[in-house]
Amino acid sequence: MSKLVVSSIGPACSVQDRGRYGAQRYGLVPSGAMDQLALAAANTLLGNDPFAASVEIGPFTASFTARDGAVRVALAGAERSADIAGRAMAMNSSMTLAEGETLTLGFAKGGAFSYLAIEGGVDGEAMFGSRSVNQRAGLGSPYPRPLQAGDELSARRASGASEHRIELPARSGPIRVTWGPQDDEFSEEAKQLFIDSEWKISATSDRMGYRLEGPVITHLHGHNIVSDGTVRGSIQVPGNGAPIVLMPDRGTTGGYPKIATVISADFGRFAQISAGTTFRFQAVSMKEAQAEAKKFAELVRRLPDLLRGLDAFELNLDALQDANVAGSAVSAIDAATWQAEALAGNQ
Amino acid sequence: MATSLAPPRLLPSGDAAITVEFSRNIDDAANQRVLALDRALGEAPIEGVTETVPTYRSLLVHYDPVHIDFDHLGQKLMTLAQAPLPPAAKARRWRVPVAYGGENGIDLEDVAKALNTTPDEIVARHVGGDYRVAMIGFTPGWSYLSGLDKSLHMSRRQNPRVFTPIGTISIGGVQAGIQCLAGPSGWHLLGRTAVKTFQLHRRPVFLMEPGDRVTFYQVDDKMFAEQERAAEAGEIVAEVIAA
Repeated sequence: MSKLVVSSIGPACSVQDRGRYGAQRYGLVPSGAMDQLALAAANTLLGNDPFAASVEIGPFTASFTARDGAVRVALAGAERSADIAGRAMAMNSSMTLAEGETLTLGFAKGGAFSYLAIEGGVDGEAMFGSRSVNQRAGLGSPYPRPLQAGDELSARRASGASEHRIELPARSGPIRVTWGPQDDEFSEEAKQLFIDSEWKISATSDRMGYRLEGPVITHLHGHNIVSDGTVRGSIQVPGNGAPIVLMPDRGTTGGYPKIATVISADFGRFAQISAGTTFRFQAVSMKEAQAEAKKFAELVRRLPDLLRGLDAFELNLDALQDANVAGSAVSAIDAATWQAEALAGNQ
Repeated sequence: MATSLAPPRLLPSGDAAITVEFSRNIDDAANQRVLALDRALGEAPIEGVTETVPTYRSLLVHYDPVHIDFDHLGQKLMTLAQAPLPPAAKARRWRVPVAYGGENGIDLEDVAKALNTTPDEIVARHVGGDYRVAMIGFTPGWSYLSGLDKSLHMSRRQNPRVFTPIGTISIGGVQAGIQCLAGPSGWHLLGRTAVKTFQLHRRPVFLMEPGDRVTFYQVDDKMFAEQERAAEAGEIVAEVIAA
C-alpha cells in the first residue's frame, strides 16, 4: 500500500462519502459530501464507485504528499489552483503523484468545497455503511474528526491507468426550492419576500447550517413549533427571521418552522455558494423538483460517458483557463497562440 | 369497530421526504398514530421508502423520488395512516438510574425554588413519572420523553447553555429528556445518568426505540461513579423489563 500524507491543511476538511443512512430515527444525521456531484465526478475519474469516500477540502489551502509508492488522485468541485511538483493539475481531472511528490492546492475560488479522490477510495472502516466524518457523534474513518497535518490516508498503489478529465454540464441560475413543510406559518407577503430577495451566505456558516443574510422573514404565529423531522436543505426560520438552510451535519429534528426546502438536484450547487456571495431562490412545483431529481440521478449514472482522455494539449488549455479565473497576470491571448505554446512546451 | 381515523396532513419536505402530520401539538393520541404508521411501514415496506423518523406529532418518511413520486407515496401513506390502529405494541420498559442535584443536576435547586417546593419533592415527582420515548432526535440518542408530571411543566431557559454534559437528565416545557452526548441545551438540568443511549462499540449501538417505556430511579454519587465505569466498559447499566 502507498499512502497520502497530509502535509498541511486548513479547517473544514474531512473524509466524506455519500453519507450514513438508516439511523436518522435515532438522531444520527447522514453527514456526507456537501456537493455530491463533485464527489461523484472525482471518483468517476479514477474508476471508483461514484460515492466512495474522498477528501472534502474547504476554502483554504492544503497539500498532500505520496509516500511508500505512487498515488493516483482526481480533483473536482470548487475551482482552485493545483500542482504536483510543479506540474499544473486541472480541476476535473486525474493525475498521479510519484513517491515523494506533493500535491499543492490553493484557495477555493468560485466555490467552497473541492473533492480529492484517491484511486480505490479512502480506506477505512465503514460505520452504518459510511466513512463520513461526523465529529459530534465521534464517527468517521480513518479519523473521526476533520483532517490535520500529519494524518495518513492509506491508498492503493497507483495503477498506472491513463489519466482523464471529465466534462460536467454547467450549473447556474437561482437555487430552486419547493414550499413547505411549514410554509403555512408564513404570510403570502413573507413568502413573496423570500422569493423576491437577494440573499447572501453568512460567514458563520458550516456543515450544520448556512445562515442567510437578507430581509427579515416574519412568522404568522411565532417561531416555536413542536419539533419535527428535518431534511438536507430544510430552510428553517428562527425567531430573528434570518433563515438557516440545514446542511449534511444538521440536527435530525428541529423546532423552527421550515418555509421551504432546497430541491435535491440543486443542493450541491447551493452548498458551493461561498460566504459573502449573493444568490436568489426560485419556487418550483413538486413535479419539476422530482423530474430534476431523476435527471440528476441519470447524470451521475452517465458520468463515465463524460470522461475524456487527458492529453498534454488539453491539460494546458485547462491550466490557462484556471489561471484566467484566478485573475493572475495571464492575459487573454488568442487561443491559437496558446495552443502553439502548449504544444511546444510538450515537445 | 373499524372506523377510519381522521386524515393526517401530508406536508412536502423537499422532493425526497414527506412529513405525515397527525397534530400540530404534543399529543399522546397523535404520537400513538405516528408510532403505528411507523410500525406498519416497518412490517410492510413501500418500495422507494428509505427510512422513517418518528416525532411527537408526525412521521417523516424519506424516499427516493427515482422510485416513487410524491402523489403515489402520499396516497399509500394516507391509506395506511387512516387504517384502524392495531392494538399498541407491547413496549419494553427501561429503568434508568439518575444521580440528581449537585454538580450532576445544577438546576435542581432553581427548579425547586421556581415551583415553590423542595429539591427532594422535584426528584420524587420526576422519579414518579411513567414516560414514553416519543422521539429520538437532534443529536444521536437524545430521547424525548412524554409523560412528565404536569406540576413540572415549565418554560425553557431564557439563555440556552452552549455545553451540557453527557448523560444529562433534564426537563423543558412539557417534555423530559435523556441526553446522550455533550452539547447545547436550553432545558433545566436535574441530574445525570450513566446510561448511554448511544455507544458506538456496544451492541446495540442505540439502546432505545421510539415507543419504549421509561421509569427513573435515584442513585447516589458512589453508585453513579460505579455505573459510569461499567457503562464505559460497554455494559448497558439500565435494566430492561421485557414486553
